[in-house]
Amino acid sequence: MQKNTRLATRQENIIAKLKQADLRGRGGANFPTHSKWQMFADVDADKKYIVANGSEGEPNVLKDGYILKNHPEVLVEGLKIALETFKSSEAFIFLRRDYFKKYKKKLEKLIGDLPITVFREHGGYLSGEETVLCEEIEKNLPARPRTKPPYPGQVGINGLPTLINNIETFYYVAKISKNEYKKTRLYSITGKTFYKGVFELPVAWSIKKILTATKALPEFDYFVQVGGGASGDILLASETTQQVSGSGAIIIYDKEQTDPWVLMRTWIDFFMNENCDKCTPCREGSYRILEMVRDRQFDKKVLDDLFFVLENTSYCALGKSIPLPFKSAIKKLLAHTRN
Amino acid sequence: MPKKISIFINNKKYSAEIGQSVLDIAKQNNIDITTLCHHPDIKVQGSCRLCLVEIKGKKGLHTSCNTQVEDGMKILTDSKNISRAKQINLELIFSEHCEECGDCIYSQDCTIKEFAKKYDVKITKYEDRKKGYPVHKFGPALEFDTSKCIDCGLCVDVCKKEGVDFLEYKKKGKFYEVCPSSKKDKDCIYCGQCLTHCPVGAFEGVGEFEDVDKYIDVKGKTVVFQFAPSIRSSIGEEFGMPVGTVVTGKLIAAIKALGIEHVFDVCVGADMTTMEEATELIERLEDDKPLPMFTSCCPAWVKYLEFYRPDLIPNLTTVRSPQVIMGGIIKTYWAKQMNIKPKDIIVVGIMPCVAKKYEIERKQNYLNGMKAVDQILTTRELAHLLRKKKIDLASIKPDNAKSPLLKPSGAGVIYGSSGGVMESALRAAYKKMTGKRMPKLNLKEVRGIQGFKKAKIKIAGKTLKVGVVNGIANAKKLLKELEKDPKAYDYVEVMACFGGCIGGGGQPVPINDEIRQKRSAALYNLDTKKVARSADENPIIKKMYKDFFNDDKNRHSVCHTSFRKKKKEVFPKK
Repeated sequence: MQKNTRLATRQENIIAKLKQADLRGRGGANFPTHSKWQMFADVDADKKYIVANGSEGEPNVLKDGYILKNHPEVLVEGLKIALETFKSSEAFIFLRRDYFKKYKKKLEKLIGDLPITVFREHGGYLSGEETVLCEEIEKNLPARPRTKPPYPGQVGINGLPTLINNIETFYYVAKISKNEYKKTRLYSITGKTFYKGVFELPVAWSIKKILTATKALPEFDYFVQVGGGASGDILLASETTQQVSGSGAIIIYDKEQTDPWVLMRTWIDFFMNENCDKCTPCREGSYRILEMVRDRQFDKKVLDDLFFVLENTSYCALGKSIPLPFKSAIKKLLAHTRN
Repeated sequence: MPKKISIFINNKKYSAEIGQSVLDIAKQNNIDITTLCHHPDIKVQGSCRLCLVEIKGKKGLHTSCNTQVEDGMKILTDSKNISRAKQINLELIFSEHCEECGDCIYSQDCTIKEFAKKYDVKITKYEDRKKGYPVHKFGPALEFDTSKCIDCGLCVDVCKKEGVDFLEYKKKGKFYEVCPSSKKDKDCIYCGQCLTHCPVGAFEGVGEFEDVDKYIDVKGKTVVFQFAPSIRSSIGEEFGMPVGTVVTGKLIAAIKALGIEHVFDVCVGADMTTMEEATELIERLEDDKPLPMFTSCCPAWVKYLEFYRPDLIPNLTTVRSPQVIMGGIIKTYWAKQMNIKPKDIIVVGIMPCVAKKYEIERKQNYLNGMKAVDQILTTRELAHLLRKKKIDLASIKPDNAKSPLLKPSGAGVIYGSSGGVMESALRAAYKKMTGKRMPKLNLKEVRGIQGFKKAKIKIAGKTLKVGVVNGIANAKKLLKELEKDPKAYDYVEVMACFGGCIGGGGQPVPINDEIRQKRSAALYNLDTKKVARSADENPIIKKMYKDFFNDDKNRHSVCHTSFRKKKKEVFPKK
């Protein structure tokens, strides 16, 4: 009884701290971490799973790799806190294949006797999707997304409640627990700059401020893709007073020298390779977008139709996210062409 | 008790239970929602994205199949956005479906064509993406034309549900495609459940429909037709008759209208199977031979054992399946009576099954160097042939021919339903072991379309433990039980198709439990009306045993077969 009370108190304490810090999921969805933890704590189960998601499948997002390389002990510390917070729990560190190869040994040494398994991802980008991740750990391959609800927090791996947070989120859980959180996040800066890398800077900073502080602010006319190298939004230089969304990636492009069609081709190739082909709009819609991008010509009505079904009828977030970068690229980069 | 709640569909209130989907409630209340990848046999796919609804307070569109009801939920099944999205998704579905409407199992009743009309779909809006895609051939039984596949996933899941798991997704270039497994330890068993669960006709039987009239008129040959037990309660559906209508007399009349003079009922062959199988069962029980004895009249089950579990081959009864025995009777006993040379007879079997196309090719089923049955037409193929020759089964006057080879016992008729073989054999075994008719003829314990049935039957002081399963997945469960307790069963009936032959891969589409139930009930109803309820009571069976099968050589060549370990036969086409 006393033990349970102590556990309950510990739970309340850490969740209150997460709330006070206003930590939000760093996988890109920005969901308040304390809410996720509270809901997970409220589910009654004999056993629970905790997963640190290091799938990091989107181009130009490098932050999880950065933590694994430079601060793996902080990640393990964050997981340890979660394991102590939720009774009878067991954890996984879910890693993309190259990360698994590079960091498995190091992580296992840090893990020691803790009930944490380092897991090698099977698929690609989509494997980071929470329900796909559960399917992979259950070895249902090729893994495809499950219907939500129920969310993994209620029904996850092997039918048990599963708390899935991004590696960066766990990194900050550790920091918050030790009162060392200074409201920062990790920004991956890539593209046309000499100052590529991952930088830990305040959440509140604008893109421009971040680029300035990291010396990456271009002197040429540029635009950035923000959030991720495929699904991220396109922002012109004049729009960089906003904060960074998604998974914290900033990719710098030379506006004069970038061919938008070539850029869009990399996105659609990426989506087509990485999607699971389960649902009609994502499987067939992305293919028809590819055809148009390949021919460097959009049929506006057809494209509108495809965007409409992608956004409104795709099975999972991957398909729903496809139109966004294209819409902004068309508006901002193709505005002066005949399309 | 699940909690009762209320939801509103198109402003009308309906009661629902937590855990149900919006589609469940719509279907229960006959509210029309467009579905393609939804099949009551299979867990929700959510892949076609057509069953769209709007939900008040929730952004965008939602698929009703995988949206769970919530108390007070307000749902619209029709709106401008819903219609628009359905139209676009249908155009995309058509972009991956190369139409071949004239040669399609859905030529009579095509769901996507109907939707195309309803939603004003331009089916050629996009160029066919899958033009030139391969046709995979699954032995002599099935073909899978991937250029028609719409990637709904039903075939993959039904193959998994069947317990075979031979169809899988494979990435080729940018796309995942449904593909037969190339793994060495997996093979197709030809059950054809993929075919009856495909909503767009990407699967078909070999020769469906191009070979249907191959043997109608062959010079110098006597072409005869025989039809399986389950056809009589299913083929009516092809001609718009209510599900479960028995059409035996009409079927005979329609076949004769094709110009076929001699028609036979495979149920008589089933009676023969029963007699031999009952004898073998008694021998096995008495002589310490391998038990349990497994039925072997389902060729898909036989293929399963020969490929996946050859260690269990000794447990299969060596008695041939009813259609092979019947073909044998025609080419020996009847041929002699008619004074026709066996090689001048062509036997065409009307079967509920695509695996039967494979069964007739098995060398072990040959008779004096020739095939016992020369061609198989599925229920669907015969219907197609009749339509092609402008013969309307629904309106034709029944032919109540009295030929003895058209007069089975009631036991022969119920072969078409899961549990029928077991019940027939037990009726005959009871007679053989006690000299008396079984007092309780209706073995309710082994009837019904549920997948796994067990019973203990008392005969002559012995208690027989019997198991009846349909679907290989259930057979695998039973085999697991046997591993734990080898004496768990004495006699086991296995049918690969759900519900038995009435749900076979050659049967009319669509299929679901309600349809299976009705087709099955019709057969049991016929049984109760027969004077001869047991194979041993059938006069023609008695006569054949007296005049023809008294010679063991005849009995063996017509009625018995053998089995052999098999290697993988089906590979994906490159």
